[in-house]
Formats: sequence, structure tokens, C-alpha cells
Amino acid sequence: MSERLTKSAARNIFYGGTIFFLVIFLGLTLHSHNYIVNESSNSDQLTESVVAGKHIWERNSCINCHTLLGEGAYYAPELGNVWVRYGGKDDPEGARDMLKSWMQAQPSGIEGRRQMPQFNLSDQELEQLVDFLKWTSEIDTQNWPPNEAG
Amino acid sequence: MKYQSQKVALYYIYGALALFAAQILFGVVAGTVYVFPNFLSELLPFNVIRMIHTNALIVWLLMGYFGAAYYLLPEECETEIHSPKLAIIQFWLFMIAAAAAVVGYIFGIHEGREFLEQPLPIKVGIVVVALMFLYNTTMTLLKGRKTAVSNVLMIALWFVALLFLFAFYNPSNLAVDKMYWWYVVHLWVEGVWELIMASILAFLMIKMTGIDREVVEKWLYVMVSLTLFTGILGTGHHYYWIGTPGYWQWIGNVFSTLEVVPFFAMVIFCFYMVWKGGRDHPNKAALLWSLGCSVMAFFGAGVWGFMHTLSSINYYTHGTQVTAAHGHLAFYGAYVMLNLAIFTYALPYLRGREPFNQQLNMWGFWITTSGMAFMTFTLTFAGVVQTHLQRVLGMNYMDVQDQVALFYWMRLGAGVAVLIGVVLIVWSLVVVPRASRAATRISQPAE
Repeated sequence: MSERLTKSAARNIFYGGTIFFLVIFLGLTLHSHNYIVNESSNSDQLTESVVAGKHIWERNSCINCHTLLGEGAYYAPELGNVWVRYGGKDDPEGARDMLKSWMQAQPSGIEGRRQMPQFNLSDQELEQLVDFLKWTSEIDTQNWPPNEAG
Repeated sequence: MKYQSQKVALYYIYGALALFAAQILFGVVAGTVYVFPNFLSELLPFNVIRMIHTNALIVWLLMGYFGAAYYLLPEECETEIHSPKLAIIQFWLFMIAAAAAVVGYIFGIHEGREFLEQPLPIKVGIVVVALMFLYNTTMTLLKGRKTAVSNVLMIALWFVALLFLFAFYNPSNLAVDKMYWWYVVHLWVEGVWELIMASILAFLMIKMTGIDREVVEKWLYVMVSLTLFTGILGTGHHYYWIGTPGYWQWIGNVFSTLEVVPFFAMVIFCFYMVWKGGRDHPNKAALLWSLGCSVMAFFGAGVWGFMHTLSSINYYTHGTQVTAAHGHLAFYGAYVMLNLAIFTYALPYLRGREPFNQQLNMWGFWITTSGMAFMTFTLTFAGVVQTHLQRVLGMNYMDVQDQVALFYWMRLGAGVAVLIGVVLIVWSLVVVPRASRAATRISQPAE
């Protein structure tokens, strides 16, 4: 490496540059935080039921089979847009019933097909989980996923 | 081995190897479930298997870093570890917390954010472990010689702990949750963990090539600068589709493309040092792991990361098997191989032997590395087909999975090869042959 760059100069570049990029990053995430709360997600519709649904989602570790907005495991379908895929935009009641009865019918037990466990959720918990998935589908995700298949 | 207290590293290395074996075993089980979906489905659902697979990986890598730090700090600082006893207590606390977490997972006791599934008491335990470690190592650093290697390593380990604090913040708003979740996940593996990688590789190069410390440490600062200058804003590539503003596509595209540069620099660094150094170090296996680490990290993290990091591509590939392919090779190349490099280097000194079982260790290297490479290829093919059928043509997820079933069979085969390789590696590191000569004197290379 060039003799012109001394070790202490390299060290100072490291410290200075890191602080520079860290400050930019923190500023941008602060802005993004406000953007999410005020623009891209429906904060006003973040009801107690949606929050309860998020905790049900977490308690049963759904993320370790499914993806949600593309993040998670890749063993089961994307659920960020499952509300849309089930036709929730046009027929909310129908989509709600279909999602609930799907979860109640698991596991299918069909040989050679991936099995979703039975989580024994109460009717209220199922409602809350569906509320959470509906709310999630309404986040402005820059038009991701490309289509309803998720 | 110059300093008695370096011996505490043995606990961490053996603990890490045990968890490594468990991680791979659960990986093979998960791969089996992919081809026999009814296997264990009532007893141990896939989400729990995967949780153990990923958590065991993270914990054993951390345990390896702790061990590496306890091994190299005395040599770098030229002093004994502040409190070897505290280091041993810290090890058992960490090991018990890890075991408790795994048992809890099997019984369905866990939180639900990916990789951060540890229940709250375990998370608190991890913080306590980290504080014990940081106290012990920082005291060691303060009383001894300060080198760039130890400085960079300690800065990185402090930030590992600080960033983990975001694991305690779980906002109700999913999009906000996801944004800060990446503070832990991305800023660990594409930020400060890379600093750990660069500093340990620098240490190994100083020891094995005999290149002047001044030269190595200047490289080290350049490599870690490149890492953080690209990696911090490179977080943007996770902020494309989670409700964050559109400008992240510009930032993510530019900076995460540049994230390849530090990995390339590490390849050049390692090969240049070995070429220039010309010292014939007896531990050939450790040298192989060090060079292999830089190369496989470049491909796994660098090339496979770049492949789907541009937002116009990621729009279609995000959350498909392409991501899984990249994840597997990146973790293996960068962090698994790094740990195995320092274990292979340190164990003969720690046990007072000449380098032992080198042939077996190198067989393990080639089998495991080939297995991981093949696994990555199969998952990449699966991901490309999945992307086209599902994201372009709009075919239903489960129908697409049936179309790529063949790749999952090949992935399982690759996984079994990896398991065999890992058995060889662990065996070669743990079981010292009876014939192996005790080192007649403590052979400490000059710097």
C-alpha cells in the first residue's frame, strides 16, 4: 500500500468517516420513522386489535415459516398481502371468514404437503390476527409485491 | 501460547463446536422436512426447527468471537486477561442461557421476531454475558499494549452489544418494528461483525505470514473503513419494501453495491500477505481456512449479495430462495470459516502441541466448502425459477414450490455432505492423536 498513507492517517479516516456516515444514517432513519408513522402506514387505524394480532403473530412464530413483507422464512407463502390475495378489498367479510376457517382447518394431514400446525386460537384471537394482516396489507410498500401471488 | 489466561478460550471453542454440530444437525432436519413435509410435523414444526438452526448459528459464532478475543487479546496487549475466573463464569452463563433457550423453543416458549426469538429473561442474560465480557476484555486492553487489531476488535464487540439493545424495542407499528430490527441484524452482519472478521484475519496474517505489523494494521484500517462507509448506508437495501421512503432505493443501490469492495479488499489482503510473507508456517490448515474465508466471504456475501441488491432486481427476488442462497453462503464464508480459521490456529497452542490432524481438517474444509457451494447453487436455481414463476408470471406459491422440488432434494444432498464435513472438522480439532508430539517449546512466531 502507498507510503503516503500512514497508519494514523488511516485510523483517523476510519473514525471520522464512520461518524460521518453514522450521522447521515441516523438522520435518515429518524426521517423514515416519521414518514412511516405519518404517511406510509395507517397509524390512525393501528387499533388495540391490530396490536394484539401482532403479538399473536409473534407468539406463534409465524415468521419462521412465512414471510411478511418479504422477510422471514421461505417455507410458506407471503402474508403481507394475504388479505388482498383472499379478496379482502372487495369482500372483507368473505376474506375474513376464509382466513379464519383456513387456520382452523390446519393441519391438513395430506401426505406430501407442507403442514401448518394447529395453533388453537380463540375466535377473538383469529379476529385480531386477521385485523393485523389486513392492516399490514395497507402499508405503502412501494408497490411490492409485484402481484397477488406475493 | 505465551499467557496462561489464554486457556479460557478453550471453553469457548469447545462450546462453539458443540453448538455448531447442533446447528448443522437441525439444518439437515429442516432440509429433510422440505422434501418430506410430514416428517416431524406434529412433533416439531418447521418454525421451531428453523429457529434452533438460526439461533444456534448466531450463538456459536458469538461464542467463537468471545473465544477468539480471549485468545488474541493477551498476545496483542502483552498481558494476562483481567479475570480468567470471570471469563469462565461468563462462558457457563452463556452456555446455560443458550441451552435454556433451545429447550424452551422445543416447548413453544419464544418471542416471535426472526432471530430475536429469545424470551426476555434470556435476552437480559445475553446482555449480562456481554457486559461481563466487555468489562473483562476492556480492562485487559486498558492495562496492556494497544494495537490496531485489539482496538478494532474491541470497538466491534462493544457495538455488537450496543446494537443488541434494539432487540428490546418492539414497536406496535410493524413497519417501524422492521426498520429498527435491521439495526440489530444488518448492522451486525454487514457492519460490526465484518470488523471482527477483518481484525481476526489481520491477527492471523501477522502471526502466520510474518509480515510487518505496521503494514497489516494499515490495511486493517482501510478494510474496516471500507466496511462501515459502505455498510452503514447499505442498510438501505433492506428498506426498499417495508414502508420506508422511496429514497432508500437510491441509497441502497449505491452503497450496498459498494459493500462488495471491502470483501474484495479482504481477499487481496490475505493473498498479498501470504505471497509477500513467504514464511512457511507449520499450520497449513489454519492458513487454508484463513484464505478460504476471504474468498468464500467475497462470493457469498459480496457476489451473491450484489446479485439481488439492486432494487429493480430485488423487487422480484425479495424473499425468495435467492435470499436463502445468499444467506447460507454469506454466513458460511464470512463467519463460520473465520471461526474455524482461528480455532484451527489456536487449538495446537492452547493444547501445547504441534499442529495436529491437518490432513483430516483440510478434508473437512474441502467437503464442507464444496457442500455449501453446491447448496448455494441449488438454492439459487430454485430462487430464479421461483422468481420467474411466482413474481413474474403470478403463479400460486405452493404450485411454484412443487416445480422446484428437485432443487430441494439436491439441497438436502448438499446438506448431508456439509454434515459429514463438519464431523471431520470437529473430530480433527477435538481429538488429538496419541502419536502427536507435544511441542517441545512454546513456539511463538516473531512479529
